[in-house]
Amino acid sequence: MVKRWIEKFYVGLVLFMLYAPIAILIVCSFNASKSRRVWGGFTFQWYIELFQDEAVIEAVRTSLMLTTVAAVVAVLLGTLASIGITVMGQKKQQVIMTVTNIPMLNADVVTGIAIMLLFGRFWNLGYFSMLAAHITLGVPYVILNVMPKLQQTSVSTYEAALDLGASPVYAFIKIVLPDIMPGIFSGFLLAFTISLDDFVITYFTKGAGMNTISTMIYQQVRRGINPKMYALSTILFLLILLVLWVANRISARQVQETRG
Amino acid sequence: MRKLWHWMNKRKLLTGPYLLWAVGFIILPLLMIIYYGLTSSDGGFTLENLLAIGDPIHYKALGQSLLIAFGSTCISLIIAYPLAYILSKNQGSKKGIIIMLFILPMWINFLLRVLALQMILANTGILNGILNFFGLPSQHLLYTRTAILIGMTYDYLPFMILPIYNAMCKIDRDLIHAAADLGAGNKLIFRKIILPLSMPGVISGIIMVFVPSISEFAIADILGGSKILLIGNVIEQEFSLTNNWHLGSGLSIVLMVFIFISMAVMNKNDAEGEGQMIW
Repeated sequence: MVKRWIEKFYVGLVLFMLYAPIAILIVCSFNASKSRRVWGGFTFQWYIELFQDEAVIEAVRTSLMLTTVAAVVAVLLGTLASIGITVMGQKKQQVIMTVTNIPMLNADVVTGIAIMLLFGRFWNLGYFSMLAAHITLGVPYVILNVMPKLQQTSVSTYEAALDLGASPVYAFIKIVLPDIMPGIFSGFLLAFTISLDDFVITYFTKGAGMNTISTMIYQQVRRGINPKMYALSTILFLLILLVLWVANRISARQVQETRG
Repeated sequence: MRKLWHWMNKRKLLTGPYLLWAVGFIILPLLMIIYYGLTSSDGGFTLENLLAIGDPIHYKALGQSLLIAFGSTCISLIIAYPLAYILSKNQGSKKGIIIMLFILPMWINFLLRVLALQMILANTGILNGILNFFGLPSQHLLYTRTAILIGMTYDYLPFMILPIYNAMCKIDRDLIHAAADLGAGNKLIFRKIILPLSMPGVISGIIMVFVPSISEFAIADILGGSKILLIGNVIEQEFSLTNNWHLGSGLSIVLMVFIFISMAVMNKNDAEGEGQMIW
């Protein structure tokens, strides 16, 4: 009994440590005083100003566009590659997987600088260099999530479908795709998360005058951060909670339907 | 059969776009870094940029980075292992929610979370307020190495928790029941079953925390107040301040070598070869 209590306390303590800074951000977003140390009363001022600030809205738009496009392209490239890699010989597989692991295991600074050097030398830095860097960062996570699911898929069902006259594409959509969907989904989610939270690689590969949420915050760190950023992060946090809650409800309903 | 073979061959072509991408955006950029790192500004070959690591400023920065990365990896392992163990014991319908609770903080921009930590650790901050309330002396934490260590541990902790948790969930409960039936005590079960079978998760956790924390520069910037230079800061400044791409690339190569050496050491200990599976 005591042991269970200690365990619960420990989990609670770690969660508290993880969420305490986020709670502080949310409190700060309602603080009328611009100073982070003084409580100047409750206000919605920062939320109102947030929606009037063109630069912030532009940064949010850039971030969401960049992250979404990067994750979608990473899923397409990664899923197609996974299908090809599973039918390859072991040697070739090993070589490709080693290269695939590089962006994931290498330091972000090095990955960012490397891509910056390439674009800085031969093209120029801008939206595309940033996008290319984010896609490169995301693909390994897609491959690592899709490959295991593909290896679990039965080849014979797929071949049976071909024998019964299904076109390869039709057989793929009807048989293989449903099996690997969970892997594709978690790959997408990971690529999206990593790309959204990334600062280092964006910092090096972005064009002049361009900002994502991350690089904008970093610029403000030196000059003193504007409370609008706290308001923005509070809104994003609540949005994510809402999405998770809806997703949870849907999957709970699905479980009930399959049971009933 | 022939048709099948033909189709298999075609399937390999699906890798094509990715291969082109990997050559263009993984291999080529690395070659660029090597090229810049091994040449001087007049284009001639030189080892100077690599040897620049011998400069006291540079090797002190690298040493400090290794120390902080090692520290934050150890602390997060100590925090995460018991946590993952407790969580994996209670697998029920709430499993998805529990994982989400530990991923969710990562979706708030880490710079903002680190800024909030700055408010907690400041001299007149929340932590010292609490300490003073209990009659304890204030601690000077912000802009010290300890602050950077706390920041990195805080930021990368979920990367340690999730792989260990996943590895522990995969352990077959029947193994544990069988061992208990045969008279093994809790300690023996832990030592002989849970510890070895959770090792792949531990190793991916260590890699997931150590690699980003060795090169991180934004956290050191905010919590170290640019008083403490890490190797990531040094490299970043070569590009953003002094504009010496050659020196920056040379130091990047050195950093890369250090990372791949530590990776090789880790993989050697990872007999199962599952270390690459991260989630």
